[in-house]
Amino acid sequence: MSDIESRIEEDLDRRDTAPGEESTTEHELAGGLSGYLLGFSLAILLTIASFLAAQTNLIYQPAVISALVVLAIAQMGVHLVFFLHITTGPDNTNNVLALAFGVLIVALVVIGSVWIMAHLNLNMAPMSAHQAEMMP
Amino acid sequence: MLGKLDWSAIPFDQPIPLGAALIVFLAAVAVLIWVTVKGYWPYLWHEWITSVDHKRIGVMYIVLAALMLFRGFVDAVMMRTQQVLAIHGPGYLPPEHYDQVFSAHGTIMIFFAAMPFVIGLMNFAVPLQLGIRDVAFPTLNSVSFWLTATGALLVNISLVVGEFARTGWLPYAPLSETTYSPGVGVDYYLWSIQISGVGTLLTGVNLATTILKMRAPGMGYLHMPMFCWTSLASNLLIVAAFPILTATLAMLTLDRYLGFHFFTNEAGGNQMMFMNLIWAWGHPEVYILVLPAFGIYSEIFSTFSSKPLFGYRSMVAATLFICIVSFMVWLHHFFTMGAGADVNAAFGIATSVIAVGTGVKIYNWLFTMYGGRVRFDTPMLWSLAFVTTFIIGGMTGVLLAVPPADFMLHNSLFLVAHFHNVIISGVLFAGFAGFTYWFPKAFGFRLHEGWGKAAFWFTLAGYVLVFVPLYIVGLLGMTRRLQHIDMDLWTPWLIVAAIGIAVMIVGAACQVAQLIVSIRHRDELRDETGDPWDGRTLEWSTSSPPPFFNYARLPYVENEEPYWTLKQRALDGQAPAEDEAYEPVEMPRNSPTGFVAAFFATLIGFALIWHIWWLAIVGFLGAYATFVVFAWREHGDYEIPADEVERIDRDGKAAQLAWISRRERVA
Repeated sequence: MSDIESRIEEDLDRRDTAPGEESTTEHELAGGLSGYLLGFSLAILLTIASFLAAQTNLIYQPAVISALVVLAIAQMGVHLVFFLHITTGPDNTNNVLALAFGVLIVALVVIGSVWIMAHLNLNMAPMSAHQAEMMP
Repeated sequence: MLGKLDWSAIPFDQPIPLGAALIVFLAAVAVLIWVTVKGYWPYLWHEWITSVDHKRIGVMYIVLAALMLFRGFVDAVMMRTQQVLAIHGPGYLPPEHYDQVFSAHGTIMIFFAAMPFVIGLMNFAVPLQLGIRDVAFPTLNSVSFWLTATGALLVNISLVVGEFARTGWLPYAPLSETTYSPGVGVDYYLWSIQISGVGTLLTGVNLATTILKMRAPGMGYLHMPMFCWTSLASNLLIVAAFPILTATLAMLTLDRYLGFHFFTNEAGGNQMMFMNLIWAWGHPEVYILVLPAFGIYSEIFSTFSSKPLFGYRSMVAATLFICIVSFMVWLHHFFTMGAGADVNAAFGIATSVIAVGTGVKIYNWLFTMYGGRVRFDTPMLWSLAFVTTFIIGGMTGVLLAVPPADFMLHNSLFLVAHFHNVIISGVLFAGFAGFTYWFPKAFGFRLHEGWGKAAFWFTLAGYVLVFVPLYIVGLLGMTRRLQHIDMDLWTPWLIVAAIGIAVMIVGAACQVAQLIVSIRHRDELRDETGDPWDGRTLEWSTSSPPPFFNYARLPYVENEEPYWTLKQRALDGQAPAEDEAYEPVEMPRNSPTGFVAAFFATLIGFALIWHIWWLAIVGFLGAYATFVVFAWREHGDYEIPADEVERIDRDGKAAQLAWISRRERVA
């Protein structure tokens, strides 16, 4: 078997393997043992940063919540890239689409529910001050 | 020792459930004795119970669905007769029993009749249509099936041990909380749905993976048959929606078992959240059922019109549109709960918009038939009845989507007539059509046409006779779930509906007769070509029944109708290229994992319902041990040598060639 043929064979094999299997990702930055270690240390750093932001005065106080949101989103990104092996590669289209579908559905259900539940007292009869006090 | 379970759980004082349970029990024992006497156990164990073959699992799903369809139908007959007999009177079902009957009817029909029917057909047909040898995770498939069977078993145990829920098919809080439902009925509901729900979720993962990752060589997404597309959409919906159901019911379980207050009346619970969450699952569930049905109809319209499906790409787009928008309409199940006009209007508009996707499909089916050479075999009859009656159901649905109209019609029999109208013609007719269509592929002989047509006409007539009167009494103000009736205005319509259910009984009897007659006359009905309907997709290219590995060589696919193309080329005199050598085939080993896991799941479910904690622990340990044993298995699959594959394949081809030469001699 010539060199090119064997490389084609290897490519075909790689298409068969599931994303995240060691052999598919070990050449990439986010693959192999070093990838896991890198991801782990990034995750730890981000966690420590969150605690620092919340418990010290390093950050302007009213901005702490925004900082935590940013750090949380970064944390999600680290998990997706280093542990769930979401990449932009062509073999990863399904995973990216599945992630997008999941995010869309969760957003629809959560935002929809919040909107509906916040709206439910709209048709209620006006309450007396005493009744309003009794509300949980 | 036995928790809440004692002799008072058996309804000795109620003759109807006791008698029914006795009959079912005796029938089950008779079947077991017959199997034992005939010595069928080894065959059943090796070929069916432990089978991981997607075709066999599909068949078992449909057997389960047929049994549960019968049970649910008996409940329906009881409700219709009760409402006729209870005009100015008590009828024969006391309220607490009647409430269990309608709750069990809905639960069984949706979760244990419609779902297994649709999943069974997907399981059977999707891998064959994709041109592959099995689903992505064969043993998981078996686990899914047996967990569904566990759920069905628990629901039916409730007939004789204890009681079933009296809350309706969705256990609305706070009625389903312990304050108002102290018995085990809701617990039966919760655990049977949770256990079978795990099975359904695993099926969703399994089939979605199969369709996304395992198509035959050359089969791009836009070469997939329409049934595979709708199955993909349906399974994506399962993966997205069933966790909501599981989480909601888990919260209700915590309320009932550990005194939480998610949905209670007091301590900050919010029962409206239950309504909101259960329908956030419930509406996608409608499309989980009906999308594969649309796929079955698409296959049938195209095959029996001898034409390619009209507007293939618009059909794909409409399917995916429905898939997404089905998550934006759930509030229309509770317009009257108290949300303001903004929310109601938004969800009302979304509901009307989703009908556009279905409308596209209806036009595509009509144009598929237009100019085609339409053959009126039984599957086509079911499909034609679907198009005509489903449009009416769809239009009443759009009517109900208008919030002011819904305020008038909410919880009336008009609503009941609407959803039965869409689900019977949409899902059940598709089930029957698909069953008749793929039966020859599964068993190698066709179903008897005469009995099939009789079953069709009686079922259709009965269905119209039952549900048109229900629309009318709904407009006359009759609410759903009435145990007795004092309005003379409704009487004539209820009598017509009862006559309708009698006609449906005749239809059901014809279905049974069809099956018996077909099995007795199987030699005359034999399908030796593998292609009894002049089909267009890949499943018709292999023999009937297919070898357990489906295809000796994986077919190469260039368009969405590969087998039709192959046949056209053969007619043009281009013989298919003579076969290259056979290669060994790797197949998964049969495994009792699914059955054993479901056995322990049954123990867990029953123990938790009756608070028998030690038995629940035993069940959990057993289920975990089953998982460990399976995970550490040494050989997951085995290889069939190339000459064995060749022999089986040549046998199948020889039968086909013999049939063709016989036909040519006659012609």
